[in-house]
Amino acid sequence: MESELTDDRTDRRTVAVTVNGRRCTAEVDVRKTLADFLREDAGFTGVHVGCEHGVCGACSVLMDGQVVRSCILFAVQADGHEVVTVEGLGDEDALNPLQQAFVEHHALQCGFCTPGMLLAAVDLLKHCPDPTETQVREALSGNLCMCTGYANIVRAVRAAAPNVRSG
Amino acid sequence: MKPPPFRYHTPRSLSEALDLLRESSGDARVLAGGQSLVPLLNLRLAYPEVLVDLNQVQGLSYIRDDGARLRIGAMTRQREAEFSVVLAERCPLLVEALAQVGHPAIRNRGTVGGSLAHADPVAELPCVMTALNAELVAAGPEGERVIAASDFFLGPYETALDAREILVEVRIPSAPGPRHASFVEFSRRHGDFALAEAAAVLEGDGSCTGARVVAAGPAWIPCRLEAVERLVGGAGVARTDGAAQRDLVEEAGRTAEAAVAALPTHADATPYQRRLAAVLVKRAVAQALERWSRN
Repeated sequence: MESELTDDRTDRRTVAVTVNGRRCTAEVDVRKTLADFLREDAGFTGVHVGCEHGVCGACSVLMDGQVVRSCILFAVQADGHEVVTVEGLGDEDALNPLQQAFVEHHALQCGFCTPGMLLAAVDLLKHCPDPTETQVREALSGNLCMCTGYANIVRAVRAAAPNVRSG
Repeated sequence: MKPPPFRYHTPRSLSEALDLLRESSGDARVLAGGQSLVPLLNLRLAYPEVLVDLNQVQGLSYIRDDGARLRIGAMTRQREAEFSVVLAERCPLLVEALAQVGHPAIRNRGTVGGSLAHADPVAELPCVMTALNAELVAAGPEGERVIAASDFFLGPYETALDAREILVEVRIPSAPGPRHASFVEFSRRHGDFALAEAAAVLEGDGSCTGARVVAAGPAWIPCRLEAVERLVGGAGVARTDGAAQRDLVEEAGRTAEAAVAALPTHADATPYQRRLAAVLVKRAVAQALERWSRN
């Protein structure tokens, strides 16, 4: 068994992931993370790669509707699943209510953490349509903002909640 | 920060997964939710030759109440267990602890069995399962065996599981009567692994007739504090006697300090961590008593 792996231990698979409603297929190393697949093979560079070991939350995406960290999932594990990145939330002409609220409440500074924050907030509002400040802070506690702009992020999520509910 | 190369398998059945482990002669790791293992791979702290991914194995994700015990499939996602109506009713202690595991994004993928098999010294689930006197079911080449939680955790990231075995189920025995419990932890940042944590489980109706009290943090594995258990379970304090309960909590705090000091603590355990563990034991006992008297 070991001989096959001695020179080039690469094990490759073809994966097909539905990303933002579009089917994306590529042949990848089994060790390729979902984050790298989404950026390099599917072209969704809104997936930000920060710590690469599941701590900072910048690479958060929705998989089958649930927020997950794409740097500690392998692309092969998303084969056949549905993924939503920040590009799937809205576009420049029609922002998602959360994105609109982030703009209005100055909830992004450098913007690196923003995609992960938005997707964590989407997951929160699905379970908890009218969250308290404590609930928002808890839901976003796994997403780090190096600009430390947390207060405005929390305000934006709470402000967006009624529009997400009615939308 | 990218994982090292490995060979990857996605068995569809438990027997196929067990065959893969047997054939790979110890160089394989089982991948459950991946919320601890994949960071270890990315940080190059683990170099398994083979990964056996259980995510496509059928029949390992369930929560069942068969009267005598709760049975939780090892691949049940932590988030699913956290929102389970059965667990909310039958084992609120577990739900309380699950809500403190990492962050929602971690719990969406992380599994009940994965956390137990990984056996981080301050993970919530090993502490709670020790307090609940749970049994862990391991499947291996020779069939299944049942391991008591108190025999399962051997050291940091070290369990009684053989390299060819897979944890398939956790069984939580039902209490003969009412059970009131509490889990508390302290971590520097929300969602981090705790510095210390404690669980208290009280049994009894009109008066408290038994207690299980566990602390984690200063030792490499969750440890029962038998002196505190004897004190709280043996005092026969009445459900309605608030004054006696307040005295008992103070006494439990003092007993916890001595009991934690007597634990085989690891070299990195600071006096602060031991002190914290004793305080958390006191808080867990106080909260469990309070829930009992309110009920």
